Amino acid sequence: MSTTEKTPRPAALPDQRTSKILVKFMRNNRRPLSALVFFVVLIAIFIAANPPLFLNSLIYNAVFVSLPISITLVVPLVFIVTAGEIDLSFPSVVGICAWAFAAGIRANWPPMLCVLAALAVGAAAGLVNGFLITRVKLSSLVATLGMNFLLRGLIHIGNQGYGITVSQLRDTPFFNFFVGDLSGFPVQMIWGILFAAVGWLLFSRHRFGAQVAVVGDNQDSAREMGINVNRVKTAAYVYMGLAAAMAGLFSTLINSTFYPTTGDGYLLSVLAAVFVGGTPTWGGAGTVVGGVIGAFVVGFIETGIIASGLTGYYTQFFYGLIIILSLISHRFNQGRFRY
Amino acid sequence: MNEPIIELRNISKSFGSVLALSGVNLHVNDHEVLGLLGDNGAGKSTLIKIISGVHAPDSGEIYVRGQLQKKWDVNIARECGIETVYQDRALAEQQSITRNIFMGREKSGFLGFLDLRKERNEAEELMRNIGFTSRVFSPDSVVFTLSGGERQGVAIVRALHFKAELIILDEPTTALSLTESEKVFNFVAHARDGGASCVFISHNIYHSYDISDRFVVLDRGQTLLETDKSQITADELVKSMQDIARSGHAK
Repeated sequence: MSTTEKTPRPAALPDQRTSKILVKFMRNNRRPLSALVFFVVLIAIFIAANPPLFLNSLIYNAVFVSLPISITLVVPLVFIVTAGEIDLSFPSVVGICAWAFAAGIRANWPPMLCVLAALAVGAAAGLVNGFLITRVKLSSLVATLGMNFLLRGLIHIGNQGYGITVSQLRDTPFFNFFVGDLSGFPVQMIWGILFAAVGWLLFSRHRFGAQVAVVGDNQDSAREMGINVNRVKTAAYVYMGLAAAMAGLFSTLINSTFYPTTGDGYLLSVLAAVFVGGTPTWGGAGTVVGGVIGAFVVGFIETGIIASGLTGYYTQFFYGLIIILSLISHRFNQGRFRY
Repeated sequence: MNEPIIELRNISKSFGSVLALSGVNLHVNDHEVLGLLGDNGAGKSTLIKIISGVHAPDSGEIYVRGQLQKKWDVNIARECGIETVYQDRALAEQQSITRNIFMGREKSGFLGFLDLRKERNEAEELMRNIGFTSRVFSPDSVVFTLSGGERQGVAIVRALHFKAELIILDEPTTALSLTESEKVFNFVAHARDGGASCVFISHNIYHSYDISDRFVVLDRGQTLLETDKSQITADELVKSMQDIARSGHAK
């Protein structure tokens, strides 16, 4: 067909090679990159709307106080969605872990022991979720919805509407270690980033992440290739439970109080962060980095809208608008559209 | 003479009220290609899923080299050198070729972290060996973008990689073009010459006659005919299969 002569291929020039690597990097990280672009645009709009506020570190540090809670929750949720399942129970798991922690503090247990108690409760909740989904074979959507009500109900029965204060911990080394303040920068943000980094390693560079993706992609294939599908899924829920315990710890320390509603507000915003970050809904693919960026987007929306001079009545509207716009941008950025 | 690589004795399996296998006996010797024939629904896939450890039999015994196996699952079967290329190919479409080759047996070192470079290099070498030389895809290519034959190639490469003594191919030529099927036959011959045995499952005799040494015909969950190739021509085999299908037993 072609009459072109065979000429030896010239060696790639250095800048050609870099651009090739760059193109490959962009293709492999399409989803988190598109979430990042979205976040940058959002912040640019906020800066344009209110330069003095958004060019000052104060507003960022204010958001960073509670953002680590969302980051801690979004990372394992990416694993669960990638495994082809969902978890709606984590807000109540956050609450019940926070209760375990606060009750321990009230009983004068050493604080680190209380942290371990919270982690144990979170892991147990994950095991129950995993059992219901893999052994009893309930749909994860319904099973975790039920668990969310059940655990929140237990919290309410046990506390009768009262919170538990942990203000005696304020300014102790324990407190500063987890949620202290580095000249204005909240320490918990460092923990959040560390947690996300470990999550990224697990997802992209570890057998666990590889098996989660394969299980979410095609369970039957995974089983035929000797992967213990039930164990992988249960492990993902236990991971979620442990993360929920950390989130409950942060929330209780930041507020110096355990409220019976602790964790309640995170359901929709953390779910939104997963999908805004570019993890698709169908399983088999996901991005931890994207999920974290999604948490940033969601975390800045409310602050940004109010700081831009709109009243609180506008937040939900823009919340929805931004989520839908970001999903549309992912939809057109998928390369080859699936089915 | 050596003990058979694997021997099944009196295997039964039912799914709910459906009796898929009732008292099947089967063995595979060294260096042979066993053609497992049977109509749709005869129980072929169930039988190989029992050999490969995906399904546990309700009753019956599995022997590997004469040793009764008390526990049997996918990972034990693989340790015994039994690899399977499933009819559905057992691939994960959204993952890379490398990840598909190593799924369930990831190359990991310290604390279970993956040795991605090693996986990728081995995958690349394997693809070259089987003639996957196209510039279009690399070990990082997503399986979703491959054609049917190329996907079958990935499934076969995976079976080949782990130095199998017995390779089971379940309907490997279904939905493949003629040239792609030819590649599969070459692969089976190549594997046998390399010292492995194969079970070649098909419902089309003309697909498996040439490369098989021995035939077993399965019908409604029972082995109704077992014969060496020297005893039977392809046409006779077709005829007796038709008889079996009609009457439910061999003549």
